[in-house]
Amino acid sequence: MSEHRSIANPGSGLSRRDLLRRFAAAVAVAGHCTFSPEAARHVHRLAHQEREATGSYVPKFFNPHEYQMLERLAELIIPADQRSGSAKDAGAPEFIDLLCSQNQELADLYTGGLLWLDRQVERHTGQPFLEASRQQQEEMLGLLDAEARRLEEIRSAERFAVFEENTNYGGFRDYRSVPSGELGPGARFFVWLRRMTVDAFYTSPMGIADVGYRGNEFLSEYVVPEEAIEFVRKNSPIE
Amino acid sequence: MLQQSPKKFDVVVIGSGAGGGTTVRALTEKGVECALLEAGPMLDPFTEFKEHQWPHEVDHRGAEPGGKAYFGKGKPFGYFSTTSGGWQLEGEPYTVGEGSRFQWFRSRILGGRTNHYGRMSFRFADYDFSPYDKDGLGANWPISYQDIAPYYDKAEAFIGVTGSREGIRSAPDGVFQPPPPPKAHELLIKQACDRLGIPCIPNRRAVITTPLNGRAPCHYCGQCGRGCQTVSAYSSSQVEIFPALETGKLTIFDNAMAREILTDQDGKVTGVSYIDKKTRTEKEIHCRVLVLAASACESARILLNSKSTRFPRGVANGSGVVGRFLMDTVGFSLNGYVPTLEGLPRYNTDGFGGAHLYMPWWLFEDKKLDFPRGYHIELGGGYQMPGVGFGAGTVSRHGGFGPALKENIRKEYGCFVNFAGRGEMIPNNLCYCEIDPEVVDQWGIPVLRFHFKWSDYEWKQARHMERTFAEIIQTMGGTVLGGPQRGDDGISVGGEIIHEVGTVRMGSDPRTSALNAFNQAHEVPNLFVVDGGCFVSNPDKNPTLTINALAWRAADYLAEEMRKGNV
Repeated sequence: MSEHRSIANPGSGLSRRDLLRRFAAAVAVAGHCTFSPEAARHVHRLAHQEREATGSYVPKFFNPHEYQMLERLAELIIPADQRSGSAKDAGAPEFIDLLCSQNQELADLYTGGLLWLDRQVERHTGQPFLEASRQQQEEMLGLLDAEARRLEEIRSAERFAVFEENTNYGGFRDYRSVPSGELGPGARFFVWLRRMTVDAFYTSPMGIADVGYRGNEFLSEYVVPEEAIEFVRKNSPIE
Repeated sequence: MLQQSPKKFDVVVIGSGAGGGTTVRALTEKGVECALLEAGPMLDPFTEFKEHQWPHEVDHRGAEPGGKAYFGKGKPFGYFSTTSGGWQLEGEPYTVGEGSRFQWFRSRILGGRTNHYGRMSFRFADYDFSPYDKDGLGANWPISYQDIAPYYDKAEAFIGVTGSREGIRSAPDGVFQPPPPPKAHELLIKQACDRLGIPCIPNRRAVITTPLNGRAPCHYCGQCGRGCQTVSAYSSSQVEIFPALETGKLTIFDNAMAREILTDQDGKVTGVSYIDKKTRTEKEIHCRVLVLAASACESARILLNSKSTRFPRGVANGSGVVGRFLMDTVGFSLNGYVPTLEGLPRYNTDGFGGAHLYMPWWLFEDKKLDFPRGYHIELGGGYQMPGVGFGAGTVSRHGGFGPALKENIRKEYGCFVNFAGRGEMIPNNLCYCEIDPEVVDQWGIPVLRFHFKWSDYEWKQARHMERTFAEIIQTMGGTVLGGPQRGDDGISVGGEIIHEVGTVRMGSDPRTSALNAFNQAHEVPNLFVVDGGCFVSNPDKNPTLTINALAWRAADYLAEEMRKGNV
């Protein structure tokens, strides 16, 4: 068996499942020889192409004003820079809209949060959120970030006293009420927004490239690059 | 009228995890006709295993529809894992006694929990078989290391376990596949351990790095928890059961939920009654020998639910030990941030799933410890695939948004390390499972009620773990994350480490044990239990490899007894 034989003819119309099945079969047969990483990569390229062909997104849940706010917020939380685009470019508003369309509890958190934000910004600047300056928008997020940190400190002190239910996978516990001032509702919303925006950005191909994750590969041998070993050797505080 | 299977099988095995899979593979190889009952469906790796999928290939990115994972209602271990079950199963509850905390993980699928487990494969040490002799706690096993060693050899050679020869008494060497090299951050951890006198050696995992029995070697995607389509990581389903099917000697009854063991007036097992979940009908299957491998607690449940005038406390439970001596592994973990790793050149750290190094117990001769038994350390770190929850460590450290957040996440990616202790628990009288007299599942089968409480032995061990992990992190130049005040977080919840064992223990005395040294019920010669239920103690070695070895040993014994006409 050759080392890089093709297991599928690109463009032959096979589904990803068919290809995976063939891929695994080829691997199983190969057994004692090197299987083809090229073939495996081909399967995954097809999956990407399927996705890219889906076109522009039509919001399922948020109204246009809310959706525009989400887009702006995504740009503020993860902005574009020289290395990569913004969370808006990476599809964060789509991701949030989709999940809110499937979960009323989450949707309430967002609609309530967006209303609160609009109102607070208007109160402070005389303009609704989208018409405020970038600096004003950032100032408001800065206040919410500081408040979120304050609340988090209270919560982590409190956490050890709380009996969690019969699971260790309680996930996010911050919908429990905590002592909070004027900014409390906004801070809670901000934490959710940041979490989901960060998730959407870094799970996207753009985010993966931004942090430089190199895995999810098919390797016939695992090697740690000499430069990585050398780096640790040089920088280690030990000896 | 119950539907009866027309055929009487030589052996019926209940449960398809490590114990059941090993049993049917070893028996069918010898020509014994087996039936296998699995409470879940058949496994199709191509639909079940989400290997190699990127989070962006699903619209919810792994947060699951409606963001279930954000609300703690997603799949255990994440959307992409192949757990096929969880801490709660709809329609199949269990209860927990007042004042206890316990959680029970069940997988309902061919192969059970071996499809997703961590594949850590450590032999027990010689001293692990006689713990009572060492410190007067718990009980001794009826077998010694010499009894099981040949089966460790066979199991390792067949399953494929990585490792290196180290000559450490707490971690006996075995038949090993070549281990992959340590990753860069692991070299730093090893340096710290060398400084502290803690052995840090190549990991021993049931993943092959060279071809074995037609299985392809690992391709280093690091996603064993999603199931392995190339069968490079061990699973009972793919490595034991699929090949056993090819012998033509194995019949699988899937979606078959065992209710009760059937016995005759002589006290011999004649078969088992089960619910066919597909048709919601009760059926019977008959056999010469019954082997329970339904998991420690599920096997105890079946035995306790099989009451008759001859077995008023349940089959094989004249001693009353069935359900008692429930043990899990002591778990505690600590995270650290290591600035030394900032700026490390990016590379693929997926490796063979899990860490490439681990630390076996090193203080087994230390008489000054304030707790009796040991633990090993598992470690984590590296550049993990971004998924839901990515960047949470950095967000929790610095908060923020905008360019600073983006820059911090870049800088701190790959600089977090994690240490998880896995320690031995001493069996105690407050830890057991029993039949809840008031609750049945959706099939009308009485369910288990758990009682569980750690003793000071475990709490003190967990504090030792905490101090040790902090020392390692600080020696690396890092800082410990999270505060020292730990309340309920200071030790895992019983059952959480998913190493529950001990509920149908073996022993040489029928008054204090349910099984003999070959996993055969003292009271019922044609009944065997080959899952973790048979464990007498729960050393700090993850239990699966020992279940494989004991099940294989029991199968050889059983085949010989059948040949001789003794059962």
